[in-house]
Amino acid sequence: MTLATVTLAVLWVGLTLYVLLGGADFGGGVWDLIAGGPERGRETRRLVEHSLGPVWEANHVWLIFVVVVLWTSFPPVFASVASTLYIPLTLAALGIIGRGAAFAYRKVTTQLWQQRLFGAVFAFSSVMTPFFLGAAAGGIASGRVPLGIARGNLVTSWWNPTSVVAGLLAVGTAAYLAAVYLTRDAQRGHAEDLAEYFRRRALITGVVVGGLAVVGLLVLYLDERSLFVELTTGRALPLLIVSVVSGVVSLVLLVRRAFLAVRVTAALAVAGLLWGWGVGQYPMLLPGVTVQEASASRTVLAASLGALLGGAILLVPSLWWLFHLSQQPTTVRQSDTAPRGGEPPGGEPPGVEPPD
Amino acid sequence: MHPLAVAATPADLLAARLQMGLSLGWHIVLACFGVGMPAMTLIAEWRGLRTGDPAYQLLARRWARAMGVLFAVGAVSGTILSFEMGLLWPGLMGRYGQVIGLPFALEAIAFFIEAIFLGIYLYAWDRLSPRQHLLAGIPIVIAGIASAFFVVAANAWMNQPTGFDERHHRIISVAPWRAMFNPATPPQTVHMILAAFMVTGFGLASVYAVAMLRGRRDRYHRLGFALPFTIAAVITPIQIVVGDWAARFVAEHQPIKLAAMEGVYVTQSGVPLHVGGIVVNGHMRYALEIPYALSLLAHGNPFATVIGLNTVPPTDRPPVNVVHLSFQVMVGIGFALLALALWWAIVWWRRRRAPASPWFYRASALAGVGAVIALESGWVTTEVGRQPWVVYGILRTADAVNPAPGLVVGFFIVASVYVVLTIATVYVLRLLARERPVPVAPQEYDADESGAS
Ligand code: HDD
Ligand code: HEM
Ligand code: HEM
Repeated sequence: MTLATVTLAVLWVGLTLYVLLGGADFGGGVWDLIAGGPERGRETRRLVEHSLGPVWEANHVWLIFVVVVLWTSFPPVFASVASTLYIPLTLAALGIIGRGAAFAYRKVTTQLWQQRLFGAVFAFSSVMTPFFLGAAAGGIASGRVPLGIARGNLVTSWWNPTSVVAGLLAVGTAAYLAAVYLTRDAQRGHAEDLAEYFRRRALITGVVVGGLAVVGLLVLYLDERSLFVELTTGRALPLLIVSVVSGVVSLVLLVRRAFLAVRVTAALAVAGLLWGWGVGQYPMLLPGVTVQEASASRTVLAASLGALLGGAILLVPSLWWLFHLSQQPTTVRQSDTAPRGGEPPGGEPPGVEPPD
Repeated sequence: MHPLAVAATPADLLAARLQMGLSLGWHIVLACFGVGMPAMTLIAEWRGLRTGDPAYQLLARRWARAMGVLFAVGAVSGTILSFEMGLLWPGLMGRYGQVIGLPFALEAIAFFIEAIFLGIYLYAWDRLSPRQHLLAGIPIVIAGIASAFFVVAANAWMNQPTGFDERHHRIISVAPWRAMFNPATPPQTVHMILAAFMVTGFGLASVYAVAMLRGRRDRYHRLGFALPFTIAAVITPIQIVVGDWAARFVAEHQPIKLAAMEGVYVTQSGVPLHVGGIVVNGHMRYALEIPYALSLLAHGNPFATVIGLNTVPPTDRPPVNVVHLSFQVMVGIGFALLALALWWAIVWWRRRRAPASPWFYRASALAGVGAVIALESGWVTTEVGRQPWVVYGILRTADAVNPAPGLVVGFFIVASVYVVLTIATVYVLRLLARERPVPVAPQEYDADESGAS
C-alpha cells in the first residue's frame, strides 16, 4: 500500500464518521421538520435538541477534516470537484450555516414565534444540506467531474439520475440513522412513547432507504455501468453484502426492540454502502485519474499523516469523554440551583421529561 | 455550462473577491471571540471559585452562554470558508493546496479539540466537579489560540511563499514545515492573536460600559467591565510594538505593499511619513508630513531608502488609497486605544480605583467597535496590499479564480445570507444580554423552560 492509498483510506474513515455522526444530526433536523405543530411536536423536538446539543459541533468537524485532507493530499481533485460542483456545494455550505446558526439561536430564544422561525430554518436546512452533498457525491461517482478547473458541466454534473438518487439517499440515510439513535436515547430517558414513535419511523425509513438503495443500483446500471459491475460482481461485492445483510438485520432488531444493537447494524448498513462505492471506484478518483497521479508529494502526505496520527492521540480519549458525558443524565449541583429558583434539583435530562 | 471556460470575467473576479472578503471579514470577528472569550470566561470562573463571589460566577455563566452562540456561528461561518477556498480559488488550491495543507490539517485537529471540550464545558457544567469543569475549559483556550496560529500561518505563506520547488507550473517538491514557518509567520500570528484578545476584551468591556452609563454600577457590572478591559489594556501597548515589527517586516519583504500603505511612488531616501491624505493622480495630497519618519520607522535609519510604487508596472500595484486608508485607520485606532488604556492605568495607579468620569465609559463603550474596525482594516491592509497577487509574486488573483460563470449571482445570494445572519446574531446576543436569571448549565435547558412560559 502506498502512502497515497493510506491517506485516501484515512479520508474515507473521516467521511464515514461524518455520514454516521454528522449525518444523523441532519437527520434529527428532518424529524424536527415533520414533528407537527408546536404542541404536538414539542417532545420530539426536545429530544432532538437534547441529543444534538453537546455533540453536533464535534460531529461537524469531520466535514472540515474531509475537506482539508482532500485539498492537502489530492489538490487537483479538490480543485476540480469544487470548481465544477460549485452550485450544489455553495448551497450545501449555506445550508450548513443555516442549520448551525438556527439551532444555536433556537436554543436561547424564548418566544414561540422566534423558536418557530429558527426551528423552521434549522429543519429546512437539515434537509437541503445532505441532499446537495449527496448530489455532489453522485456527480463524482458517476464520472461527471473531469480533472481540471470547471471542466465539467455546471448543471448536469449534479442534476442527473445518479445525483438525484444519491441526494435522496443521503437525506433518507440521515433520517434513518437519526431515528435509530433517537429511539435508544428516548428509551434511556424512560420516554417509552417517544421511543415507540421513533421506532416506527426508523422501521418505515429503513424500508424506504433500502428501496432507494435498490433504485440507486438500477440507476447506476443505466448511468454508470462500471461502478455497478464492481459493486455487484467485483471487489466491492462483499461490502454490498455487508450493507444489505446489516440493513435487514436492523429491521429485525427494530421489530424486537433491541435498540442498542440496532445502532451498530444500522451504521454498518450505511458504512457498507459508502465503502462499497469507495472500493468500487478505486483506484480512480476522477475519470482517468488514479490515486497515485492525483496525490500530493510524499513529504506532504507523510507530514499530514504524522500530524493526524499525533492528533488522534489527543482526539480519541477526548471524543470518548464527550460521548460518555453526553450519554449521562444530569444532576444539578446544589450550589448552582440558587439563581434559577424553583428548579427541581437532579433528575432527568429535560429532553425526556414526561409531558406536562 | 462552458466546458472550456478559461477566464473569469472581471465582474466574476470582483464578485469572488468581495465574497471572500465578506465571509472572511465576518468570520474573523467571531473567530476573535472564539480565541479570546474562553480565557476570559475561565478567569471569571476561577475567581468565582476561589473567592466564592457570586458576581464572578454569574459573569462566567453569562459569558459561557454567549460563547455557545458565538462558537456555533463561528464554526459554521468557518466551514463556508473552507468550501470557498475551492469554490472561488481552485487555481490556488489545485496548485498550492499541498503546500499550505499542513497548517490546515493541524487546524482541523485544533477545531476538534475546541469543539469537543466546548461541548463538555457547556453541557456538562452540572455533571463535573467545579475543579474538573474548570480544567475542561483549558483545552478550549489552547486550541483556540492554536487554530488562530495555524490559519494565519497559512495566510502568511501567501505573503511569503517558501518551502516548495516548482518547475513549469508543477510542484516538484514540498517542505511543508518550512512553508508553515515561513518568514511572515512570526509577526503575523503574534499580531493576530493579540488582536483577538483586544477585540474580545474591549468588546466585552464595552457591553458593561454601556450598562454602567445607564446607571447600573453594581459589583457585577463593575467586574464585568474591569476584567476584560484590564486584559485588553495590558495587551494594547504590546500590540503596538508588534505592529511596528510587522511593519518593518513588510518594509523588508513586501516593499510594494509598504509603498502602498504609505503612498510612496518614487524610490527615495529620507522619506517622510504621511499621516492622512489621499492619492490623486499618483501624488499624495492633503497629508501631514513628518520628515524622515518613514525611513526611520521602516528601516531604523532616517536616511534609509524606501522603494516606491513606480518600480513596478501599474498592473502590479495594489489600489493605493484603500491600503493607505485602512492602514491609517488601524494605527490610529491602536493609538486611541492606547490612550484609553493609559487613562485607566493612571487612575488606578494614583487613586486605586476605576475612573469615574462618564467620558471614560463613553469612550470605552466605543472601544469594542473600534477594536473590530482596527482588526478589519488590518486585514484589508494585508490582503488588498498584496494585490494583484494572491500568492505574492507567484500567482495572480485573476489566475486563481474559478472561471465558471455565475459567481456574481453566488455573491449576491451569499451576501444576503450574511445580512440575515448578522441581524439574527445581533438580535440573539441582545436577548442573551438581557436574560434573567442566567440558567445553571448554560446550554442544558430548553429556552421555553427558562423564560417565557
Ligand atoms: C485590534 C487590532 C489591531 C491593532 C490595534 C493594530 N493591528 Fe495591525 N493588524 C491587525 C490588527 C491590529 C490584524 C490582525 O488585522 C492584521 C491583519 C493581518 C495580520 O496578521 O494582522 C494586521 C496587520 C498589520 C500589518 C500588515 C502585516 C502584513 O501585511 O504582513 C501591519 C504593518 C500592521 N498591522 C501594523 C500595525 C501597527 C503599526 C499598529 C499600531 C498601532 C497596529 N498594526 C495595530
Ligand atoms: C488563513 C487566512 C486567510 C487566507 C488563506 C485568505 C485567503 C484569501 C484569498 C484566497 C483571497 C482572494 C484573493 C485576493 O483577493 O487576495 C482573499 C481575499 C481577501 N481576504 Fe483573505 N485570507 C485569509 C485571511 C483573511 C482574513 C482573516 C480576512 C479578514 C478580514 C481577510 C480579508 C480578505 C479580503 C478583504 C480580501 C479581498 C481582497 C481584495 O478585494 O483585494 N483575509 N483572502
Ligand atoms: C481561509 C481562512 C479560514 C478558514 C478556511 C477557516 C476555517 C474555519 C473553520 C472550518 C472553522 C470551524 C471549526 C469548528 O467547527 O469548530 C473555523 C473556526 C475558527 N476559526 Fe477560522 N478559518 C479561517 C480564518 C480564520 C482566521 C484568520 C482566524 C484567526 C483568528 C480563525 C480562527 C478561528 C477560530 C479561533 C475558530 C474556532 C472558534 C469559533 O468557531 O468561533 N479562522 N474556522
